[in-house]
Amino acid sequence: METIVFYVFSAFMILSALMVVTVHNPVRAAFFLVLTFFSAAAVWLLLEAEFLAIILIIVYVGAVMVLFLFVVMMLDINLAELKKGFVRNLPFAIIVALAMFTMIFMVVGGEQFGIDKFAIPERHASDYSNVSALGQILYTDYVYSFEIAAVILLVGIVAAISLTLRRRPNTRHQKIEEQVAVKSADRLRVVKVDAQARKYSLAKKTTDSEGEK
Amino acid sequence: MLTLTHFLVLSAIIFSISLAGVFINRKNVIILLMCVELMLLAVNTNFIAFSYFLNDTAGQVFVFFILTVAAAEAAIGLAILVVLFRNKRTINVEELDTLKG
Repeated sequence: METIVFYVFSAFMILSALMVVTVHNPVRAAFFLVLTFFSAAAVWLLLEAEFLAIILIIVYVGAVMVLFLFVVMMLDINLAELKKGFVRNLPFAIIVALAMFTMIFMVVGGEQFGIDKFAIPERHASDYSNVSALGQILYTDYVYSFEIAAVILLVGIVAAISLTLRRRPNTRHQKIEEQVAVKSADRLRVVKVDAQARKYSLAKKTTDSEGEK
Repeated sequence: MLTLTHFLVLSAIIFSISLAGVFINRKNVIILLMCVELMLLAVNTNFIAFSYFLNDTAGQVFVFFILTVAAAEAAIGLAILVVLFRNKRTINVEELDTLKG
């Protein structure tokens, strides 16, 4: 059963990865990349990495790929220009990929990492929590690395915002610091006006009301 | 019956495909970034497979940090891409020759 699940999802993963690199439209490539991530999350679930599988879907599919889609749709790209050289590079790419795969396969093939070297571990009991196991080790042994990771994310936020922030000199902004520092004397001017007697004309008022009738 | 080799070969295939993608899509920076993400996915699958078969959670911690760094990398890379497109009106790698490299 697990074998069938593994083969189905890895077939999905490989096919959609192939589509990512061969399809011309970047939007479609992004969607195929989402499919690849979903299948990879299923494969990770087979390996009992439940927390990371969920994180892969939440962080990658939910955040990073949405960011990719935003950028792809925001930019006005000339696709025809970018398609050139696809066929010319294809044989070279296939050769390089096959060479790479052969080399990796010679290392990770059945001789070094086969069933006799790495026995299949027993499945954990159903009350085993991957999240708590990961949290136990993450907040004790790897707490400094965890904090560095947080700083890296902060640097990422600051860098992304400061890179894309565009200042427009002609637009009207609020100047918060001036608004806060303002005194009442800057805004309010008290003018002394001498008292004057008002002149009522009763006659005019009556003629006005008669005119309305 | 799934052995460690199954998972390692799967991630080797994904890695090779994304390497081919770097060569095929030489001009489109967005797809190049996607290929880098695929490579990281292959590496992460390797880590998790070893973590499972060696019964050691440290591999999953590594994947956690790789995901963190990859998210930051994607954010900054896309920000650079947006600035690049704003200034040059293109994302073709071959036209980015200001440094005369």
